[in-house]
Amino acid sequence: MEQFWADFVKKFWADFVKKFTMAFITGDRWKLYLKGMGTTLELTACALIIGVVLGVLVAVIRSAHDQQRPGQRNFLLGVLNAVGKVYTTVIRGTPMLVQLLIWGFVIFKTSRNRFLVGMLGLGINSGAYVAEIIRGGLMGVDIGQSEAGRSLGMNYIDTMRFIIIPQAFKNILPALGNEFIVLFKDTSLVSAIGAAEVLYYAEAVGSKTYEYMFPYIGVAIMYLVVCIILTALQGKLERRLRQSDRR
Amino acid sequence: MIDVKNLSKAFGDHLVLDNISEHIHSGEKVVVIGPSGSGKSTFLRCLNLLEIPTGGSIAFDGTVITDPKVNIDEVRRKMGMVFQHFNLFPNMTIRKNITLAPVRTKLMSQAEADEEATRLLQRVGLQDKADAYPAQLSGGQKQRIAIVRALAMKPKVMLFDEPTSALDPEMVGEVLEVMKELAHEGMTMVVVTHEMGFAREVGTRVLFMDGGHILEENTPAEFFANPREERTKEFLSKVL
Repeated sequence: MEQFWADFVKKFWADFVKKFTMAFITGDRWKLYLKGMGTTLELTACALIIGVVLGVLVAVIRSAHDQQRPGQRNFLLGVLNAVGKVYTTVIRGTPMLVQLLIWGFVIFKTSRNRFLVGMLGLGINSGAYVAEIIRGGLMGVDIGQSEAGRSLGMNYIDTMRFIIIPQAFKNILPALGNEFIVLFKDTSLVSAIGAAEVLYYAEAVGSKTYEYMFPYIGVAIMYLVVCIILTALQGKLERRLRQSDRR
Repeated sequence: MIDVKNLSKAFGDHLVLDNISEHIHSGEKVVVIGPSGSGKSTFLRCLNLLEIPTGGSIAFDGTVITDPKVNIDEVRRKMGMVFQHFNLFPNMTIRKNITLAPVRTKLMSQAEADEEATRLLQRVGLQDKADAYPAQLSGGQKQRIAIVRALAMKPKVMLFDEPTSALDPEMVGEVLEVMKELAHEGMTMVVVTHEMGFAREVGTRVLFMDGGHILEENTPAEFFANPREERTKEFLSKVL
């Protein structure tokens, strides 16, 4: 019996070492994963930048539209507001994978630069969520603040710029941190349209060696580690923001 | 100075102001009193279009401000407003709270505004708070700052929306004191308040509002001594 267990463990270990080697060591494959993770982080950062730019734009248009005086409605702003509404509705109402497949295989089906296509798809998706985060943050500032600014004769833009946005920023930042973490994980979806991020390489290694467990569990651990680091950073940031509330 | 004609304001189906006409002359200190929900705050907020009237017109110094073509920002620069909840900007120092609007509206340079802020802060005895943040001040101090913040724009009229209602009783006096001084200097004031003592002492005219109407108006002495309307008598018997 003892012999059986010894053999089993030995065999298991040998198997483990062999598969591990195949998944990560042979041909310096670990470098692929690191390279893929680098691309994943780049994708996340670029998509977030697109997302924030789009989100701020849509949020500002939509709140500016909502705060117009009746009888003084701006036609252009009305059109932009409608576009913004359609944008957030469509993006938030369809799965991201479907959107990415449409970007990759319908709209840009001839493009060779899959990184760029993936970045665009992710960024446009994220923009809709960021827009709602920012709009919520702006609406969360006490209405008395904007009344005070306007009652002093400042215009809408100055009131937003000096009074509302700085205060909304504190409420928005933690939610934006969450969006960053969600986006980071969602970048794995762009492997479906052939962008060479970390999951793409894991699949490539798996299909070459016919062994998927190690590559997949490997990337899962990599995602997890990065997420834990990002969450810790976010917590630190939030604590610092709270401190400045008590000055 | 402010000419209100047939002013109405409805929130949905709820008529808050019902066809109000009123004239406020330069130098008057008009005190608006009445039970809560009577429309007195809404009336005040219509004067600088924080609430958009649903009917009637308001003219300020000859300009019909309810006309959509009028630049309301320019009109508001001449009308200071003080709120029940102070509404200081918590993300700025007191000095910045005071100087932001005059500088951004190009009324003053930053240096001029800083000088004006120092002068105004000295006037209310808070010069040592210039670099503090609103969260570090007491309610009474905040409201005094809110008053000088409005004064920094050199307004022609000051609107007060229950300026002492959110204060600890101890701090009401210091705010009323600043308002009294302002009144003595000849500022035109419209004050919504529950401070009957202030109305009696400082007001030149009292408006009593109920149910969206101005039920009664008179000099403070007459108003408090000989109220004409039943509703006024009932109200005064409860608050005095």
